[in-house]
Amino acid sequence: MTITFLGVPTGGPALLPVYSFRVPAGFPSPAADHLERHISLDELFELRAPHVYLVQVEGDSMQGAGIFSGDLLIVDRSKDAEHGDIVIAAINAEPVCKRLHKRGGVVMLQSENPSYPPRYVMEGDDLVIWGVVRYSVRDHAQ
Amino acid sequence: MTWSSGVLFATACVIMRSDQVFALIDCNSFYASCERVFRPDLAKTPIVVLSNNDGCVIARSYDAKPFVKMGEPYFQCRERLKRHGVVAFSSNYALYGDMSERVMSIIESMVPAAEVYSIDECFADLTGVQGSLTQFGREVRGKVLQRTGIPVGVGIARTKTLAKLANHTAKRLQSHTGGVVDITTDFERDWVLRNTEIKEVWGIGRRMTEHLQSMGIQKAMDLAKADPRMLRDKFSVVVEKTARELAGVPCLELDEAVPPKQEICCSRMFGKRLSELAPIKQAVATYTGRAAEKLRAQGSKCKRMRVSIRTGMFNPDELHHAQGALVELPYPTNDTLLLTRAATSAVERVFRAGYRYSKAEVLLLDLRQPGEFTDDLFAISQPVASGRLMSVVDQINDRYGRGTMRAGSVPRTPDWGMRRELMSRSYTTKIDQLWRVW
Repeated sequence: MTITFLGVPTGGPALLPVYSFRVPAGFPSPAADHLERHISLDELFELRAPHVYLVQVEGDSMQGAGIFSGDLLIVDRSKDAEHGDIVIAAINAEPVCKRLHKRGGVVMLQSENPSYPPRYVMEGDDLVIWGVVRYSVRDHAQ
Repeated sequence: MTWSSGVLFATACVIMRSDQVFALIDCNSFYASCERVFRPDLAKTPIVVLSNNDGCVIARSYDAKPFVKMGEPYFQCRERLKRHGVVAFSSNYALYGDMSERVMSIIESMVPAAEVYSIDECFADLTGVQGSLTQFGREVRGKVLQRTGIPVGVGIARTKTLAKLANHTAKRLQSHTGGVVDITTDFERDWVLRNTEIKEVWGIGRRMTEHLQSMGIQKAMDLAKADPRMLRDKFSVVVEKTARELAGVPCLELDEAVPPKQEICCSRMFGKRLSELAPIKQAVATYTGRAAEKLRAQGSKCKRMRVSIRTGMFNPDELHHAQGALVELPYPTNDTLLLTRAATSAVERVFRAGYRYSKAEVLLLDLRQPGEFTDDLFAISQPVASGRLMSVVDQINDRYGRGTMRAGSVPRTPDWGMRRELMSRSYTTKIDQLWRVW
C-alpha cells in the first residue's frame, strides 16, 4: 500500500495561514513565499454546494462496499443515477442506501451483503432515486 | 391634457420596445415541500405547517387546502385534520432557511442576475437569454427540483408585475402549463390580463381592489388600460406604476442589494402565559440579544429602543394589559450587554403584577449606518472594546451555533420558550439530526 500524505486539514472552511509580523530580525523564513491555503475537506466533498447533502447509514446491508452502520454519506443530487452507482432511494416511501442495477430492462436495488437478497423493482413499486452517494465518512476510533 | 397624454404615449412606446425580461420564480407550498424532502412517505400525504407556538396554520400543501383555511387556529382544526389524514408540523425554520439558500443559489447560478424577494421567491433578470424562454424556465424548474426536491413555478414577462402575474397563472393552471408561463408576447400577455381579477395583481390590496372595482376596473386588463395620470392623482404613484407595469412598461428594477432595515424587531409569543417578572425579563433579554445580532449583521447601531409586553387580547375572561417603554440610549450602540441592561430595566417599569402576559417585543429604532452621520467631536460614542467584544461573540456563535455565548440573563432552554411539539428534525443543519437511511 502506498500512502500519500496530503497535509493537515483545517477545522473551518475559511482559515488562511497568516505569518506573524513579529518575526525576529535576522534570517527570514525561506517558506514565506511558498505559503498555500490549508486543505479543506469541505471543498473536497463540495459540502457547501447546494446539491450536496449528508445522510447517515443504519444497518450492515452495504458493508461489502465499505459502508458501515453509523457512517456518514455525502450525497450528490445533481447527477442522474447510472447503473452501478450507490444511491439513496425511496422504495415504496422507505429510504434506503443500495447499489443501483439497471440492465436489460431489469431494475434492482442490490445490497452489498450476502444475507440481504436483491430487491427487484416490479411494476407497481414506487421507486424514487433521491441522490448518488459520492463519499462515505467513517469514524475508526468508534 | 391632450398634450400630456400624447407625451406619455410616446414614452410608453419607446420603452415598450425594451428587451428587458423578468422572471418570478417561487416555490410551491414551500414549507410543506421542505417537510417532504426527507419524508418520502409523505409524498402523497396532505401537510400543514403551524406558526410559532403551534398557534395557527401558516402553510398548506395543495392537497391540504380543501380541509383547512389559512390562518385557522390549530386547536380548532386539529380533529378535522386528523380525520382527513392531514399531518401537521411545527415550523422548522432551520430546515426552511437552509433549503431556501439551496434553491436560491441554484437559481442564481443559472440566471444573469437575481433578487431574492422572500424565503420562497426570487425575481430574476433574463434579459439577453437566448432561445425559448419557456424552455429556459423548464430547465430552471427541472434543475431545482432534481437538486433540492422543491417544486418551483416560473412566470416570465416584460416587467416584474407581469412576471408575478405570469407566475400566478402558472400556478392556477398547473396541469396545462407544467409550472412555467411566458407572457413576453402581446398575445399571451393580453390573455392573462383579461383573465385575471384585479385583486390578484401584485401590490393591489383589498381596500384598493374595492376602490378600483367601484370605478369599473375589474380585470387586470382594465387597470393596464386606465389612465396612469388619473391613477396617480386619485391614488398614488405606486398604483400608477403598477398600471404601467401591467401595460408592459418596466418601472421596477431588480433590487439586487437589500437596503439596510430602518428598524429591527424581535417579537414572540411565550410558550405559556407568564405572570412573574423574572421569566419575562429572561424573555426580553433573549429577544434583545437576537435583535442586536440582526443589528450587527447589517452593520448598524441604534440610538433608541422600545420594549413592550402584553397579555392575550382576545380571551374575555382575562384582564388585558399592554404597555411599552421607549428607551433613549447614551450613544448609538450595537452592544448586546448595554441593550440588554436597558431593555430589562425598561420592562421592570412597565410590568404590572396580577396580569398573565403572553408576548414581548423588542424594537430597535433610530438606526444608523457607519459613516452616515457625523457626530460632534465631544459626543460620547460606543467604546472600541465593546465593538471588539461583540465581534468575537458573533464569531463564536457563528462557528459553534446560535446562543453558544450569550448574556447571563438569557437561559439556555427556557420553560417559557416556543411550543414546537410537532417539529421535524434539522436534517441539513445539525450533525446529530441527519436523515437516516437503511
